[in-house]
Amino acid sequence: MREIEFDVIVKAVRDIIVHCGTDLPQDTYDALKEAMENEKSPVSREVIRQILENANIAKSEKRPLCQDTGLAVFFVKVGDEVKIKGGLLKDAINQGTEQGYRDAYLRASTCEPFSRANLKDKIGYNLPAIIHFDIVEGDKIDIEYAAKGGGSENVSRAKVFPPAAGKDGIVEYVKEVISDAGGNPCPPITVGVGIGGTFEKAVISSKHALFRDIGTKNPDPELDELEQRILTEINKLGIGAMGMGGTKTALAVHIEANPCHIASLPVSVNVQCHSSRHTHITI
Amino acid sequence: MAQYTLTTPLTSEDTKKLKAGDTVLLNGTLFTARDAAHKRLVELIEKGEELPFDINGSVIYFVGPTPPKPGDPIGSAGPTTSYRMDSFSPTMLKHGSKGMIGKGKRSQEVKDACVKYDGIYFGATGGAGALLGKQITSAEVIAYPELGPEAVRKITVKDFPVTVINDTYGNDLYEQGRAEYEVKD
Repeated sequence: MREIEFDVIVKAVRDIIVHCGTDLPQDTYDALKEAMENEKSPVSREVIRQILENANIAKSEKRPLCQDTGLAVFFVKVGDEVKIKGGLLKDAINQGTEQGYRDAYLRASTCEPFSRANLKDKIGYNLPAIIHFDIVEGDKIDIEYAAKGGGSENVSRAKVFPPAAGKDGIVEYVKEVISDAGGNPCPPITVGVGIGGTFEKAVISSKHALFRDIGTKNPDPELDELEQRILTEINKLGIGAMGMGGTKTALAVHIEANPCHIASLPVSVNVQCHSSRHTHITI
Repeated sequence: MAQYTLTTPLTSEDTKKLKAGDTVLLNGTLFTARDAAHKRLVELIEKGEELPFDINGSVIYFVGPTPPKPGDPIGSAGPTTSYRMDSFSPTMLKHGSKGMIGKGKRSQEVKDACVKYDGIYFGATGGAGALLGKQITSAEVIAYPELGPEAVRKITVKDFPVTVINDTYGNDLYEQGRAEYEVKD
């Protein structure tokens, strides 16, 4: 067994949150730059120029990229030979989240669902974090993190189709979701698509798909082809940067597919805004 | 598409010269409010009570900023999605407000109210909170401090960059822009 100190995890989580709050990941920055170069609409080009300038200011002056600093979402793979010394892994991640959000002057955005009262004093600053655990072989902890804003989350949807819907049905559904969303999720967006599994498996897969670096190829050739097909269709919608009209509505489509029940074809579409703040560490 | 520099409070003369797609640099005072604050403001109007600021010619910015770093007036401060204010905005416009700043499409009722009361819906670049926050030179909470980021703030802006989405003639930049670039098979 390998022992990892509770405080080591707290510090590591705190550090990635501080970093992601102000430094746009290189993959996102590069994809936006390429989008600006290829965008046909002058209005949308100007919007992307402002987005890139914003990223430069945020990085050099250590200011949050966006006022919506999101809920903290984690996918954590825990090695079966790891033991946390001094507390629970879940508590360490939450403690690191609270420290990171406070230290970087990020916004506390969690609230009670009905009264809408902010939870910063009751539960903790921007707590609880949303954490998905998985157990794997080995003696390491792998932590993927993304800040997930509300505007893009609000347009996300899921539906269980009959198997006959097939790829054509999936393409039409994703197009419909993005078309209805218009400028609300802050395009140019990344589109995560979860296919198969059960209802909730599809949803979680669509979320995890957003953690993949933009510009990386899906290793499955069939999914890669489907990603390109959906991306082309989305960019024909004409929504453009911030919905102002243009040819670059999405930077990428990422698909994760799972085996599913013979009777169903679950499909989930989770959208990430242009400020795709995500990173990955191994402890 | 023209470029203008305007100072608040805005008049009907100011708003009537603007067309969807025009870019504007705003100067002067803005008031911040999101859904929770709008609900309270509209309740005050309906009860005939006094608002925490002069609504005449006012421009409302839909924003919930991050906390300021030491020495700064405000943190990052980009627009939030506007449809959540759709049920309140016509009342605000009817009672003298002349502008709103947010992101995302508005309801037909809001667009109609812009035509009827000479109001403008401006779009600011969502997710450009660091850039937009720097154009805010002062900020003061004037109502509902218990709402935290959603409190009503009086802020002063210098050359705050916005684009006209809905004008006083019923035009909508989102619809126009999309129609121009949509590819139909």
